[in-house]
Amino acid sequence: MTELLIRNGTVFDPLNRIRGEKMDLAVRDGRIAESVSSKAKIIDASGMVVMPGGVDIHSHIAGSKVNSGRILRPEDHEKDVEERTSITRAGVGYSIPSTFTTGYRYSRMGYTTVFEPATPPLKTRHTHEELDQIPIIDKACFPLFGNNWFVMEYLKEGKLEECAAYIAWMLNATKGYAIKIVDPGGVEAWGWGRYLKRLDEEVPHFAITPREILRGLCKINKMLGMPHAIHVHTNNLGNPGNYLTTIETMDCVADLAGGGKPVIHITHVQFCGFTGNSWLNVGSGAPEIAEYVNKHDHVTVDPGQVVFGDTTTMTADGPFQFLLHKLSGNKWVNVDVEGETGAGIVPFRYRRSNYVNAVQWGIGLELMLLVKDPWKIYLTTDHPNAGPFTSYPKVITWLMSKDARGRVLARINKNARRRLDLPGIDREYTFEEIAIVTRAGTSKSLGLKKKGHLGVGADADIAVYSIDVSNIDPSRDYELVRKALANAAYTIKNGEIVVREGEIVATPTGTTYWVDPKVSNDLMQQTTASLSAKFEEYYTVRMANYPVEENYLESPTRIEAVAEV
Amino acid sequence: MREIILTVKRTLNVPVECLEISPNSFAGKGLEQIRAMEVWEGNRRSRLEDVFEVKEEGGNPSDELTVRIVGDASRIRKIGCSMTEGSIAIEGNAGMYLGEQMSAGSITVSGDVGAWLGSRMKGGAIEVKGTAGDFVGSSYRGSTKGMKAGTIIVHGNAGTEVGCWMRNGTIRIKGSSGMFPGMHMNNGTIYIEKDCAGRAGAQMTGGRVIVGGYVPAILPSFNIEEVRERVKVGEEKIPGPFYVFTGDLNENGNGKLFINVAKNPHLKWCEEYLG
Repeated sequence: MTELLIRNGTVFDPLNRIRGEKMDLAVRDGRIAESVSSKAKIIDASGMVVMPGGVDIHSHIAGSKVNSGRILRPEDHEKDVEERTSITRAGVGYSIPSTFTTGYRYSRMGYTTVFEPATPPLKTRHTHEELDQIPIIDKACFPLFGNNWFVMEYLKEGKLEECAAYIAWMLNATKGYAIKIVDPGGVEAWGWGRYLKRLDEEVPHFAITPREILRGLCKINKMLGMPHAIHVHTNNLGNPGNYLTTIETMDCVADLAGGGKPVIHITHVQFCGFTGNSWLNVGSGAPEIAEYVNKHDHVTVDPGQVVFGDTTTMTADGPFQFLLHKLSGNKWVNVDVEGETGAGIVPFRYRRSNYVNAVQWGIGLELMLLVKDPWKIYLTTDHPNAGPFTSYPKVITWLMSKDARGRVLARINKNARRRLDLPGIDREYTFEEIAIVTRAGTSKSLGLKKKGHLGVGADADIAVYSIDVSNIDPSRDYELVRKALANAAYTIKNGEIVVREGEIVATPTGTTYWVDPKVSNDLMQQTTASLSAKFEEYYTVRMANYPVEENYLESPTRIEAVAEV
Repeated sequence: MREIILTVKRTLNVPVECLEISPNSFAGKGLEQIRAMEVWEGNRRSRLEDVFEVKEEGGNPSDELTVRIVGDASRIRKIGCSMTEGSIAIEGNAGMYLGEQMSAGSITVSGDVGAWLGSRMKGGAIEVKGTAGDFVGSSYRGSTKGMKAGTIIVHGNAGTEVGCWMRNGTIRIKGSSGMFPGMHMNNGTIYIEKDCAGRAGAQMTGGRVIVGGYVPAILPSFNIEEVRERVKVGEEKIPGPFYVFTGDLNENGNGKLFINVAKNPHLKWCEEYLG
């Protein structure tokens, strides 16, 4: 029995309505407890902020395209090498860190749970192999369904229940967590040399529209009782004027709302929040999108905040990556198109002096600041697309301090500065709001009951930062805040101290969550029978060889969802 | 003049990497400090004095510094890495990454060198009496930033991809080169006095590759422009005549290939396409 007592910390636990109270936290056997015995190890957290461990909702940390990105970019690793210590392994960064380094760097920032948001189903075995190699943090992955042939066929034929059973089978087969949709229909269309820019254009050979795919999957998500909403990367991403597509995408499932839970999560909105009709007059659509989000409860968003500097863009949206490759002239690879999805990878440098990049930087921040309810928006950089996850502390200072973002604003492209609303926004996030957008909100959105809060019985995933809230004004002392957030004083994972003063001191294995929706036996039997015929026709693998067995994962945690069908 | 003499003590069986063998990192340091500098021998951390016998000759510490390396240093990597001043004289062979990212000063080698000679070089001069490995004056793998300025002279042969992603400066190979000299280059000059194994200037967007000897073929994405009597490299006029090709058209490039006419009779068919 291991016991810990975290004394006298300033606790921010938004889900339990604890707003910066000085209190003690007791930990027993990896859980938060009412009290501990006198033998408990004591951590003195006086003058420190205590929060639940960070939960990242969207960060590309594992899988076939992440690894292809690593192969594509030796120059990215060369500049950022971490030597081994007696506890940690050697590894490299920068924008696509190696698996072990990913775990260490997240833990140093006080993050303990990270979700990989796009895995091609056929290659998910690889994703799990990588996730298993990421130490300390808990994780999960979202399989891609937006361009899946079977999904499009089922939906076209109106076989919603069979489609639900298929997705339930796939989630079980891939040990996936949620339904991810990337450029619905668009990646398939691009495979035939066409771009889909509107929700009502037809996917060639399938006679189905992105709107039908989105609505179908949104209904199925509800039928299966999934813990998370559908996780959507919109159509028309990366094109000027696409903020309208984003609003249309949010609105197309508005009538499916209900049950007190959001039904759609739109991810990295910065990439799909452009106004204008060319790269010369592109502007921020954040105010319009924020207005929509403020008025509707069925949607949550994350910004995919741009951080200036060198990074690697990678998404399952092959068409967008091809466009970016053409725009930037940088090298690229196209992977996963041979599977059920697609993907592209392009190295990219966001420049302050570049008009479009500066506008992109502004869109993310405007969105974070204009969406009034922090429970509807979560902090991401869409790692590594808009910046590596190691920039979170920097992004947090931009949210907490008008001065901090003002300093960057003074140095960006002046035409972009003139066009952005950002200079006129005074809002500054409080520590409580930061705790919501980085842990409480995300874990609520993902339906993780034991994460993101510090109530009795919750997992003892705790981050302690040396920030003395009575002495430090984050709006002025943002540099101190950034440093403290980058190197947690303590990170505690399942009751074990894994980071002390920014140094890794232990590397336990985290768990991999997966969702197993239970549909009725009859429906499942009927669907798998027809599926096996399809597998014989389309796949290079037998259906029986396709699933990733649960015991293949090092430490799986199954979450059962009760389906309506 | 102050001179630091490093003599290789023993046969080295694994690669040795030291980022600090350069006049600028030795400058202002006493012998003891230099002997204690960190060296990686394979995966083991050791001290400079474990690999070298370190001696000093003449001068006060404030004088300009010369580093002399004696013995077979062909397993020692990154000599002269990021060097900014002074000179290094190597009496023997040197290993990979010699003069990587150097920005000023000079390096001379009496023997052969490994791959990545003068990779990402920003200035200064390197002269090698023997042969050089692959990627002379090129970028790091995956990067688009090759040699930016300076001069590299190799008296023997060089390997493949000489001047890959080269941005400016001059590389002169007095022997022959492997395949793909001037790959992706966008400015500067590569002069190969003897033969080239082929595919010169693949994906080049600017700059010049001059071949004084035989080339098996010219890439189909190059157009013949003219025949020129001579070509200038620095102050020197190299007598030709040379076929002049422009390309790589796959990259909308405007690079120039100068190919010796007399040594390449099999390219005579190109003359049909001359205006």
